[in-house]
Amino acid sequence: MSDILATHRPHLRKGFRLQWEEAQGAHVLLYPEGMVKLNRSAGEIMIRCDGATTFAELVCDLERAFSRNHLAEEVRGFLAHAFAQRWIDFS
Amino acid sequence: MSELQPVGPPLWLLLELTYRCPLQCAFCYNPLDFAANDTELPTDDWLRVLNEARALGAVQLGLSGGEPMLRKDVETIAGEAHRLGFYSNLITSGVGLTEHRLTALKLAGLDHIQLSFQDSTREVNDFLSNARTFELKRRVATWIKAHAYPMVVNCVIHRINIDRIGEVIALADDIGAEYLELANAQYYSWAFLNRSQLLPSREQLARAEQVVATWRERLDGRMRILFVTPDYYEQRPKRCMNGWGSTFMTVTPDGTALPCHTAKMLPGFDFPNVRSSSISDIWYRSAAFNRFRGTAWMKEPCASCDEREQDLGGCRCQAFLLANDAAAADPVCAKSAYRGVVTQAVEFAQRANTIEQPLIFRRRENSQIV
Repeated sequence: MSDILATHRPHLRKGFRLQWEEAQGAHVLLYPEGMVKLNRSAGEIMIRCDGATTFAELVCDLERAFSRNHLAEEVRGFLAHAFAQRWIDFS
Repeated sequence: MSELQPVGPPLWLLLELTYRCPLQCAFCYNPLDFAANDTELPTDDWLRVLNEARALGAVQLGLSGGEPMLRKDVETIAGEAHRLGFYSNLITSGVGLTEHRLTALKLAGLDHIQLSFQDSTREVNDFLSNARTFELKRRVATWIKAHAYPMVVNCVIHRINIDRIGEVIALADDIGAEYLELANAQYYSWAFLNRSQLLPSREQLARAEQVVATWRERLDGRMRILFVTPDYYEQRPKRCMNGWGSTFMTVTPDGTALPCHTAKMLPGFDFPNVRSSSISDIWYRSAAFNRFRGTAWMKEPCASCDEREQDLGGCRCQAFLLANDAAAADPVCAKSAYRGVVTQAVEFAQRANTIEQPLIFRRRENSQIV
């Protein structure tokens, strides 16, 4: 999905759960019979995929939180990957 | 050298709550002598196991058996698992699941249910498990959907049903499955006993892969299909359980802790029990869990193989069953001196008709004989 719009609101798909795992020192995505350990930036993006936050807000929030600019393309790239993996959907 | 790497936590815990099961599947992976021991841990022990494993970092939980729903305390166990932060999977034939219990499990926080089918037709489904369960499974599927669980369907594939793999996919799609596991039988325990009737031919397998590929395209991501080929048709072994003592722990009904659900067949092991040892001691310090960790235990051809870190020598149970040595290379590997045993079984499977011989069903009477 390359046409993620500013107003799209990403959310986890049914059956997926994201949680911080102390033992792994990472956010982990859990789903039927599977588990993905997320790296730091992926984890930071995924915890903001709450179905309420728009893509534009998500990018702003990350840029603020990490004092970085121009994160839109990186975030878009990851969300496209997460969508292709069927971890998330958009509303 | 992997033997010097620190041991990570057990991330995946499988609790086999009971060996009791109304089904008698001819490919069951439960031990052949399951009937020799009827001991089942009481609820409190299971809850303690959950607490200890979670404290170490376990996060994926399977509740299996036998048929786990024959236990009255699945709801309690699922509730504790949820409270602790596990992602819980109930692995069931559907027998014992009522709408009432499904509601209770949902309230307890169970995350998903994996429902097994044995075939797309009632006749073969009921024949393979020697129990009338097909209609019941279809009913359970509608409840699972109604309670908004992700729908995960599992069907063990083999010579008898592989030619209907397309119909199995259609059935799964029809009941609204989001995931479908088409797992070819692997040949341990009861499936090993029935291997000559269950191992598909090369042609059957190729056709099935074609059908799966066509369906994947047609479904366009609506349903995820996992197709697992039989090890016997590979040239290299798979990493077993992601490596002995690396990720998985199974606890059998009587509390025995195993690095994989079939490891109990291996001779010369004194597997620890959760009634007398902590999960931490079992995982990090027991001789059994350390026995095949890393690569230091390997013999040739594994020891000098440049793929040893990839497959970790394959499956220890397969090595024992086919080479009579749990420390040998998995005979599936083309480099194994015992590959001929696998090749012979594969060649036998190419004959049009295998020897007429009845399937040996997983039942108490047979368990006491074999």
